[in-house]
Amino acid sequence: MGEEPSPVELEAFAMQRSAPFGGARPYEPAMMECVDDDDGNNGNGVKTSDEDKVAADRQPLQIDISDALSEKEKVKFTVHTTTTLPHFKKRESSVVRDHEEFTWLHNVYVENKDYAGIIIPPAPPCPDFDTSREKLQQLGEGEATMTKEEFAKMKQELEAEYLAIFKKTVVAHEVFLCRLAEHPVLGMDSNLQVFLEYEQELGVRGKNVKERLGDFLRGFVKTADELLIVGVKDTDDFFEKEKNFILEYHGRVKDSANRADRMTRALKDIAEDYSYISYAFCLLATHETGSLHRFFENASEMFEKYRKLQNRVASDQDLKLSDLLKYYARDTQAAKDLLYRRTRAQLDTDGATKGLERARLRGREIQVAEALQETTFRTFETISSTARKELAEFKQRRVAAFRKNLIETAELEMKHARTSLQVLTNVLANLKER
Amino acid sequence: MEDQSSWSKGIEPPPLRSAGGSEEGDVGFADKRITATEREEEDVVGGVHGGVLDCFDDDEGADIFTSAVSPSEVKSRISPDVPSLQLGGDSSRSNGMEAQMFDTSPDDADDLFAEATEEVSLESPEMPAVRPSDKAPTITPVSNTAKSVLNPDATNTPAAADQGARKLVSFRKTSEEVEESSGDTFDLHISVTDPEKVGEGMSAYMAYKVNTKTTLAMFSQKNYSVKRRFSDFLGLHEKLTDKHAHVGLIVPPAPEKSVIGMTKVKVGKEDPSSVEFLERRRSALERYLQRTSKHPTLMQDPDFRDFLEKDELPRAVNTQAFSGAGILRMVTKAADAVNKMTIKINESDLWFEEKQQQFDCLDQQLRKLHIGIESLVGHRKELSTSSAAFAKSTAMLGSSEDNTALARALSQLAEVEERVEQLHAEQCDADLYLFGELIADYIRLLSSIKAVFDQRGKCWQRWQDSQSMLLKKREAEAKLQWVNKPDKLQQAKEEIHEWEGKVEQGESEFELISKTIRKELSRFEKNRVKDFKNIIIQYIESLINTQQQLIKYWEAFLPEAKAIA
Repeated sequence: MGEEPSPVELEAFAMQRSAPFGGARPYEPAMMECVDDDDGNNGNGVKTSDEDKVAADRQPLQIDISDALSEKEKVKFTVHTTTTLPHFKKRESSVVRDHEEFTWLHNVYVENKDYAGIIIPPAPPCPDFDTSREKLQQLGEGEATMTKEEFAKMKQELEAEYLAIFKKTVVAHEVFLCRLAEHPVLGMDSNLQVFLEYEQELGVRGKNVKERLGDFLRGFVKTADELLIVGVKDTDDFFEKEKNFILEYHGRVKDSANRADRMTRALKDIAEDYSYISYAFCLLATHETGSLHRFFENASEMFEKYRKLQNRVASDQDLKLSDLLKYYARDTQAAKDLLYRRTRAQLDTDGATKGLERARLRGREIQVAEALQETTFRTFETISSTARKELAEFKQRRVAAFRKNLIETAELEMKHARTSLQVLTNVLANLKER
Repeated sequence: MEDQSSWSKGIEPPPLRSAGGSEEGDVGFADKRITATEREEEDVVGGVHGGVLDCFDDDEGADIFTSAVSPSEVKSRISPDVPSLQLGGDSSRSNGMEAQMFDTSPDDADDLFAEATEEVSLESPEMPAVRPSDKAPTITPVSNTAKSVLNPDATNTPAAADQGARKLVSFRKTSEEVEESSGDTFDLHISVTDPEKVGEGMSAYMAYKVNTKTTLAMFSQKNYSVKRRFSDFLGLHEKLTDKHAHVGLIVPPAPEKSVIGMTKVKVGKEDPSSVEFLERRRSALERYLQRTSKHPTLMQDPDFRDFLEKDELPRAVNTQAFSGAGILRMVTKAADAVNKMTIKINESDLWFEEKQQQFDCLDQQLRKLHIGIESLVGHRKELSTSSAAFAKSTAMLGSSEDNTALARALSQLAEVEERVEQLHAEQCDADLYLFGELIADYIRLLSSIKAVFDQRGKCWQRWQDSQSMLLKKREAEAKLQWVNKPDKLQQAKEEIHEWEGKVEQGESEFELISKTIRKELSRFEKNRVKDFKNIIIQYIESLINTQQQLIKYWEAFLPEAKAIA
């Protein structure tokens, strides 16, 4: 764990290197699945070119997001690929993609029947800069009423917040691509190749209203089916157990994710309060003379430092706990989808078997029925076997990610608490000696 | 992480050890004189809560010393006279000092330092219930004679100052010993405990137990425990205000009424908000009594004593909002508000104007701070509840997890978060009670101070009115002189005499109130400085405690997380 630079340091590193709202080099993805070797080692943090070469030897397809630009409504990601795969035109390529194209890629996978037995990595969430935008607007409106320092400070904070959200979204997109790349089957998909290499825009428009409506309705059908599936008892013990587990787990992990979010938000609010209190003390200090003046100044500074630390605690908690839980909520959903597809296939097979029987009874169209039954059965079998593997991997992945993040959470909490303690004790000693 | 605080304005504190300046802005004359021994003073002040140095803070003692040192210096300072008694943290000691103060009377104007040594030798100070107000009239003549005595000695002033300084030092030391030996002799510990609901329905009320522990001679027993209700407290405040506010004493404000809070309690809802309300009120009442007891004059007020001692108090019906008295109060308040806007004292003494501005500023800033703290308290509560919720959901998650190590780690995480929640709840209490309530108290105190300034304004107005009346009477008399009506003339002369007296009285009242206010304000300032420092230190200590606990909890969790396979 010591090798990995902490997010704090990486943040500082990135901020030094990059311009505020663009070109942010993402730090290690929150979920360390990207540079996962086949022998199950977890990868390191920021990749250097040496590591790249070494990793490339082991990993045929390497993807990272080398740059990102935020424009008005959209974020554009520069996807950089290094590969040793033969069917790629170039060894290295760089293309610019926006969020919608990622979504398209995800859908392509989901709709591909061949991948029915695979847990499709969840799509990255849409970048959400709304809150930041609102605050920026508020700031602009309130500019007249604030002092220059206050304004500058708030602007700085807002920028930092924006940058943090920005980084998170970059990481989320990167993780998505990496997971696809490292999967033996999914990584070979031609659409992925197009996504990575095709230099023009993919010409993928977001779904229009009709398509969205179609999705919506399909969602309903799916939910109804899911309920049906929940009722259906699986003949296979393994899958029955898995199903129950996944269903329960999904609900709980989503719950946890929401509550972790609430906690993080409360922490952030507290940090903001301390900022305000620090400012109030500063005001008080300016009108005091003598020892109280110094006292208040020190208090003001201390609260400011403490606030920064609390902010760090909040953002680290956000990254390590909230994001972890949210990601696994989505991943568990993907696993659920897999189980759904399998059960769907099973029901299809059952239906085809019944059809075959009826056809045999009637003595007509037996071949057609037979063919159907066979295909459905084969589909079902394929899905089942891959599903077993996928689910086992899912478990492994989950445990590893939780382990890593829980350890990091604990370490970061301790680190920040120790630093806070240091700051507070120093100030206390300082104040007491007066 | 070691960023520069962007709030630091780089203001240099005023030079500390100059002859004229001292760290405590308004601390007063005595401090400023003792340049050579300021360092010692700091230590002593730190150790004994300044009670020692302030032994001179009694009216006469202070004035005498002031005059003794240098009349010219006195004039050059706009600053106030020696501050009145500072009653800091340890009420026992301060009260000890008080006792000594009340005892001394400045009969011997010549030997001012004999005064000091006399005080020093008081080993077991008694505590006669002497009222400073009785001595007040004697101040002026004494200091006047003192001044006249010393004028020829003007050249000796520096020496006298040093002598005084040295004597003061020695005094300080001795009084320190005296204090320490007298220890608990003069304490007055008041606490408010055990709110109990009496009665049912809308006529129910909460009775609080007021416990007094004292060894002061003016109380007949050592321990008291009486039951009081909220309106009793308000009644006490009314009485004290009526008696003392008009001479310029800062009467600590009583806690506010709250219809909503009380209704909830009356109706019998046992929810956390009414519990909190009761706790807030209880501690506010306690602080109110403690602050009143620390005021040298108010503490001796018989009404205050009755409040602490008597088993049964007459119901203070006047404090009810809709009583006759209540309505009268509201009307008077409205009238006052109008009048306040028109009284603008032709200020010969800039000090008062400065002070008023300063306090207005302070009021604004404290309000801002208070808003910040209330917001902090709210969010901390939210953090506490959300941590608890998270703990629960994590526990649930752990129970569905099939990997045993991870399951265990998750349940450990849940426990950690639960403990963290508890921690935050405690921190929240600290936020509220240490910080927030004190700031709120000070905001209310500032409004009392404003009231005191207004009283001064009224006094001035009365004086001015008397003067203009006198002028009228004189004019009338002059007119009558021409007309030659002997009986009317006689009457006019009598009236003039009467009004001359009133003018004199008005002037002296005004002088008195100004002086009292100065004293009160410097006492207030001292207390304020101390209170704020203490509170900030205590708050930081509570934060430190929280962080230490956090470290412990997460340290315990780490091995569990590492054990996940």
